[in-house]
Amino acid sequence: MSIDSAGLGALILVVAMFAVTLATRWGGVFVMSFVPINERVKRFIGGMSGSVLVALLAPMAVAGDGGARLALLTTAVVVLVLKKPLPAIAAGILAAAVYRWL
Amino acid sequence: MSGTGSNLCELNRQLVWTGFKQLVPISFFVILFGAAFGLAATQSGLDEGLTAGMSTLVFAGASQFAALDLWGPQVPVVTLLVTVFAVNARHLLMGATLYTWLRDLSPARRYGVLLVVSDANWALAMQAFNRGQAGLGLLLGGGLALWSFWVFGTVLGICFGGAVHDPRSLGLDMVMGCFLLAMVAGGEMSRRTAIIWTVAAGASLLAYWYLPANSHVVVGALAGGVVGAFTREKKNEH
Repeated sequence: MSIDSAGLGALILVVAMFAVTLATRWGGVFVMSFVPINERVKRFIGGMSGSVLVALLAPMAVAGDGGARLALLTTAVVVLVLKKPLPAIAAGILAAAVYRWL
Repeated sequence: MSGTGSNLCELNRQLVWTGFKQLVPISFFVILFGAAFGLAATQSGLDEGLTAGMSTLVFAGASQFAALDLWGPQVPVVTLLVTVFAVNARHLLMGATLYTWLRDLSPARRYGVLLVVSDANWALAMQAFNRGQAGLGLLLGGGLALWSFWVFGTVLGICFGGAVHDPRSLGLDMVMGCFLLAMVAGGEMSRRTAIIWTVAAGASLLAYWYLPANSHVVVGALAGGVVGAFTREKKNEH
């Protein structure tokens, strides 16, 4: 099924995208309000919280281009040395830009 | 009931403002990223008002860029919405991790704060909670910063897009990746965490290669969660 993106159709599409995204923002908390919170559920949630980020980053680091890899490597090194996130992020972005420019 | 627990869930104007300010530096990158989106959207044939409206309502950059790939005179609705859902499904898990901190708020406040949940403010809020600091101000204030700068950037891109015609060449596609990595690498890691993260990374990669597109974040995070549920931290507490 397709919608014509002219006029009102486009507005309907954007509102539908909003509804789906809102459902993802609200859904997790909503579902959790029906889950009894015990020790195991807490450990599941705790394990999941860092894993979201790791799962997001792993394909970037492994399957990304050289610029993406160098950016992540630079960020990791700088944050471990300086212990400050902002210079690390800036250095990472710069590394990607320089790599792709060369 | 317990004093410390309620302090962590505190949410007042002061905390929201502090949270807003803490996300301002990263938000400058978000402006550039938003400008890239504004330009790309105009080039994909999206109406200007609609582009700004999309950033305002949807406020989820990766899914918005994915939507542009599907945009044309005829847009496949089901494919579009499934893609948006898959890219944003991580919000479901992020919301679940926030539940403990949000459950004492009134429903209006709870779901109001969640309107602006995004990767960066969520990561910072969780970091604060894990250190025993109040995190909801970061979540809401930081979210408002990211959201307003994202919309502002989008409008800039619509008006003066020529400045950022290729965000990749400036490394801007790596803003969120580098930010999130800085959050992950900044913390200390126990043996248990290392195992959980290794499993999460492995599962994510397998899903990335062998499962439908955009499923890797959810698969990896759930795998990490399962390992978390069945392992315990070695007790070294005093």
